[in-house]
Amino acid sequence: MQSPLQIQTSLKENILDSENQNIKMQIENLSIFYRDFRAVANVSMTIYAKKIVAIIGPSGCGKSTLLRSFNRMNDLVSGSHIEGQVYLDGEPLYERNVDVVDVRRRIGMVFQRPNPFPKSIYDNVAYGPRLYGVNRKSDLDEIVERSLKQAALWDEVKNKLHQSGLSISGGQQQRLCIARAIAVQPEVILMDEPASALDPISTLKIEELMHEIVKDYTIIIVTHNMQQAARVSNYTAMMMIDEQRAGRMIEFNDTNIIFTNPKDKRTEDYVTGRFG
Amino acid sequence: MLRKTFETEIKQVKDEVLILGSMVEQAIIGSVDSLKKRDLKASQKILENDKDINKKRFDIEHQLMILIATQQPMAHDLRLLASIMEIISELERMGDYAKGIANINLRMGDQPLLKPLIDIPRMAQKGVDMLHRALTAFINEDLDTARSLPREDDEVDALYNQVYHELMMFVIQDPKSIERANWLLWVAHNLERVADRVTNICERTVFIATGEMVEIQNTDDEFWKQQKNKDV
Repeated sequence: MQSPLQIQTSLKENILDSENQNIKMQIENLSIFYRDFRAVANVSMTIYAKKIVAIIGPSGCGKSTLLRSFNRMNDLVSGSHIEGQVYLDGEPLYERNVDVVDVRRRIGMVFQRPNPFPKSIYDNVAYGPRLYGVNRKSDLDEIVERSLKQAALWDEVKNKLHQSGLSISGGQQQRLCIARAIAVQPEVILMDEPASALDPISTLKIEELMHEIVKDYTIIIVTHNMQQAARVSNYTAMMMIDEQRAGRMIEFNDTNIIFTNPKDKRTEDYVTGRFG
Repeated sequence: MLRKTFETEIKQVKDEVLILGSMVEQAIIGSVDSLKKRDLKASQKILENDKDINKKRFDIEHQLMILIATQQPMAHDLRLLASIMEIISELERMGDYAKGIANINLRMGDQPLLKPLIDIPRMAQKGVDMLHRALTAFINEDLDTARSLPREDDEVDALYNQVYHELMMFVIQDPKSIERANWLLWVAHNLERVADRVTNICERTVFIATGEMVEIQNTDDEFWKQQKNKDV
């Protein structure tokens, strides 16, 4: 008579609701090494298309290392290698015959500090498409306008497209970098602390922009700012360092659950600010 | 320890909830006591004290808003603060029941009680005892108590039914007593609702501790379900 009656609740227990979702990337038992040192250990996760995944965790837990492995940016660091596999649309990325340049076109990246090329705003955005063989001016014009519009920057720069990309504000520069990443029509965009060098208003603009562009792209963001992870992402991965100083993913779940009722005590301590 | 200030502030809010709880407990016991003694002055005092209860509730709410805005609570902290918001509202409503009982005493004026009060003070005592233990369980996040306490609502319901039937007998014997019977029935009804609201506080405690939103069923629900089936 008095047994507690479980009722429908938004704090559902189930882990990632996989129904009706297309898998964009699959990370399978991935470990990342710098020579003998294992920086990231045994990460497995599924990234759904057109969703935002946030990776959070204390400094030095391997978040950025993990992120950079998703488009093989770590290849540029000598002595780095991986075990496990990363799949994009079911195709393995770490295989001998894979064209790394194409991987990085399909999986773009935006960094912590805005890093426009010392070129005009127009040329910054047109740089990628030109590299991939688009040369006709009308095509480039169209790509530049579309990319800047998607990056919510068009109205602010349309009259000064030929000024230097470095002449605009930091927040605008970061949106220019996003426009540059979008210009080659990637499928996934990796963002490594994209707003940490920006003021609060510029930060909110970037977050709004993420909400806009996620209709067309899959986004994976590394952030130290937990409120940002809570605000922007659909799913959150929590990483932490183990006794061997290797980064491990200790919890991966719906963002609503991570920030209201995490299952792992360490996640709880981190998101409530009692550890980190 | 990280977030020591936040921890201290949370503790302060919890202390304030206990103070509010104790104000409500006193109001409930006091309201029934003044009815029993037909002490109109004491009932008037209950009405005045209810303003303090309401003010305390708003003060706590204000503190909670500031904590939420400035500390951005997450996970357990968030569940705790959100639940306190709910609990203080339950307490404030319980205070209103005490105020209702005080009003009844005042409205009765110089008319004598229909019968000496025996079960009604018992109901008040039981309800307050449950409230006290529910608040202790909330502070300690004592899941066992939070889950089992609502069961004791049955005792309050049984007393209510007893009072109800007794009053009906009075009315049948002397239909002119209906108004005085009705007053006491309202008193009993208010006390019965106090115990129901204790269940809500227990549900919040379960939520704070586990993140599960459960509805703890009590016999009240069963009673009405049976009544409904009878009607059909």
